[in-house]
Amino acid sequence: MPQFLSARPDARLIPLPWELPLADWPTGLLVALPRGISRHVVRFIKVGGSVYAAKEVLEHLARHEYRLLTELHRAHTPSVEPVAVITGREDAEGNPLDPVLVTRHLEFSLPYRSLFAQGVRAETVSRLLDALVLLLARLHLVGFLWGDVSLSNVLFRRDAGEFAAYLVDAETGELHPRLTDGQREHDLMIATTNLYGEFCDLQAGNLLDESLEPQRLVESILARYRELWVELTGVEEFADTELSRIEKRVRRLNALGFDVAELAIDTLADGSRIRIQPKVVDAGHHSRRLLRLTGLDVEENQARRLLNDLDTFRARTGQSHIDEPVVAHQWLTDQFQAVVDAVPQELRGKRDAAQLYHELLDYRWYASQAQRREVPLAEATAGYIRDVLTTLPDEVVAAADGRQLANPFDPSQGYADDDDTPMPIDPWESGEMPAMRADVLDIEALRRKARESGSAL
Amino acid sequence: MATVSFKQATRVYPGSDHPAVDKLELEIGDGEFMVLVGPSGCGKSTSLRMLAGLEEVNGGSIYIGDRDVTNLPPKDRDIAMVFQNYALYPHMTVADNMGFALKMAGIPKAERDTRVMEAAKLLGLEEFLARKPKALSGGQRQRVAMGRAIVRQPQVFLMDEPLSNLDAKLRVSTRTQISALVTRLGVTTVYVTHDQVEAMTMGDRVAVMKDGLLQQVDSPLTLYDKPKNLFVAGFIGSPAMNLLKGKIVEGGVRVGDYVVPVTREVLSKAAGEDSLIIGVRPENFVVAPTGVAVDVDLVEELGADGYLYGTLAGLTPEEKLSAQQIVARVSTRTPPQRGTSVKLNIANPETMHVFSEATQERLND
Repeated sequence: MPQFLSARPDARLIPLPWELPLADWPTGLLVALPRGISRHVVRFIKVGGSVYAAKEVLEHLARHEYRLLTELHRAHTPSVEPVAVITGREDAEGNPLDPVLVTRHLEFSLPYRSLFAQGVRAETVSRLLDALVLLLARLHLVGFLWGDVSLSNVLFRRDAGEFAAYLVDAETGELHPRLTDGQREHDLMIATTNLYGEFCDLQAGNLLDESLEPQRLVESILARYRELWVELTGVEEFADTELSRIEKRVRRLNALGFDVAELAIDTLADGSRIRIQPKVVDAGHHSRRLLRLTGLDVEENQARRLLNDLDTFRARTGQSHIDEPVVAHQWLTDQFQAVVDAVPQELRGKRDAAQLYHELLDYRWYASQAQRREVPLAEATAGYIRDVLTTLPDEVVAAADGRQLANPFDPSQGYADDDDTPMPIDPWESGEMPAMRADVLDIEALRRKARESGSAL
Repeated sequence: MATVSFKQATRVYPGSDHPAVDKLELEIGDGEFMVLVGPSGCGKSTSLRMLAGLEEVNGGSIYIGDRDVTNLPPKDRDIAMVFQNYALYPHMTVADNMGFALKMAGIPKAERDTRVMEAAKLLGLEEFLARKPKALSGGQRQRVAMGRAIVRQPQVFLMDEPLSNLDAKLRVSTRTQISALVTRLGVTTVYVTHDQVEAMTMGDRVAVMKDGLLQQVDSPLTLYDKPKNLFVAGFIGSPAMNLLKGKIVEGGVRVGDYVVPVTREVLSKAAGEDSLIIGVRPENFVVAPTGVAVDVDLVEELGADGYLYGTLAGLTPEEKLSAQQIVARVSTRTPPQRGTSVKLNIANPETMHVFSEATQERLND
């Protein structure tokens, strides 16, 4: 009988056909979502209104990844949410099946392949890399050694004009109290190799903008990461007459989306020099502030945009003397919620609420510029829904890749129009497999081998 | 190609009071396949990572060839972590999948092609080079991943539990393939595993570690036939060696009602101790008219041979529950019956192992 390991179980998962290998699940239970390539069997399963990703993997890896994702979630690091590990699976004949790791599907998320399939401008690639670098730095800050940094192991979400990256595969990961420089360099080395491969692959599939060069792209990742890491953790030393540099450092970190929880400030021997170093920084400076004020839980740049709009609203309505939480509540109902409510139900799967509001603000600004007047919110909303929203593909479940997959539920099996000539004979796999057991030491075979090579004892 | 030397290499994790790797002294020969093995937490992975540059070395040093790499960043050490990256890119051919990292390193196309072709020949993948990776089997994907490391022509290959995510069948075949390949390539290889069977079947030499300390480094057969201490004796071999404690008496060590003969010379090394531990591998026991009396609990038949599982004879049912299990290989032509009692003797005294209980060290030659 299958066993479920889960902190927050979804009872609807229990009656699913766990006695079948995932590859044989009835398609009625599955959703064909675009995703990265994987060396394991992965399927998206739909129960009620929820979509889950299920991955068949050896038991120790499933448990390891479940625990790591739980830890990452607890540390508020952007990663998919682990739901359950299902072990003890057996097929109808009683043969054991690999356990399954179930994670919650991240709504409105985009795997890089589907982003690129739609055609991606050079600036967009740059924003994707920024998001990836930020994710990597945040993971390193909490002591997470990823081990398999790649675009395939990330999901992107729109975040106002930027992107937010989420880790989706923690199989190779390790959590340490603190990472050494060597460990971080190792992750960077893997990142550059993997991303170089992925960009070359996009290039081979004619999916990469011609102006972009894989070599340059990966070099820029290194530069961006190092710059960010120095800002987040670097030591800064200055004269005691420049104390404002403490404030400046904190502001720069805030602008990058980080709060400073601990800043070490040392006065050097003669008292004329000051040395500062951030010791604990927490990402989500703006999203935390917005959450506190309005209860909205959104991405960092979306929060930044919404907070700006809240400030504008406060000034425009002449309420600068009124408590911010009071104004925020008013803004939420009169502005934000009014816009969201105006969107017809059938269009709500196109964008999440915060992204939609951000795009509406853009739309309104351009409309106001063009018409040389301040376009009222309700009018702009109607225009945005008519001109923009109706034309967008659904992103609750992201748009599919342009080419026809061999198996719509498994991109790892390639495309339908790929080379289908029979496989050549493989000299390594055509012979009989040796009938060895993995767990028994055949000492006689070792002695024979040693005698043959003449090196016994 | 190069040798690898750990010289008193030590790693202490911050906040820990005892070292994860304690003064490791290990010389790995040019072209040698060295396996580090031990239970979880023994320091084997940490040692490999110190060599790779992923862990700080807090004491001692590490050399690759005559280069001190102790403080070099990973990328400057000329090593390749094998099987680090399995992802195959669907738009690229198998050849490009193997050689793309060379392109990143700026190696000219002609050179890349040569290296990829050489690796493909070694890996039996020549016929696959022009194909897309779409329909490759699990084993073929593994070989492409191995090819990625081979084309880099590093001085040392590092492999950290590379087979741990494979199912049992693929594990056995990949084991054989990796050792065959590494032998042909002649590249110094350091391989980490928790699985002693894997270690013994793959390594030229095997380094057994426990609690951060190197216990013994030797050829697989020496480890098996002459384990230096009780830990190595119990860790290497499956089924495991029988380790029987007995009191020192005139002429030997008493186990149950039987006195196992031990020479005076060996007994004299245990001055001051009143008991010793006798080690016997299951295949070195024979059923004989005299010997250690054992109650047979189960006989597992595996073809012509089988394993007898039992406990010392004459125990009460309660004592039996917590008693040490004794395992012996027996012929299945006339197998002992369950519920009976047999006498087990040691076929050849040279195969017997004697350990001090106090120091855990081996006493006989």
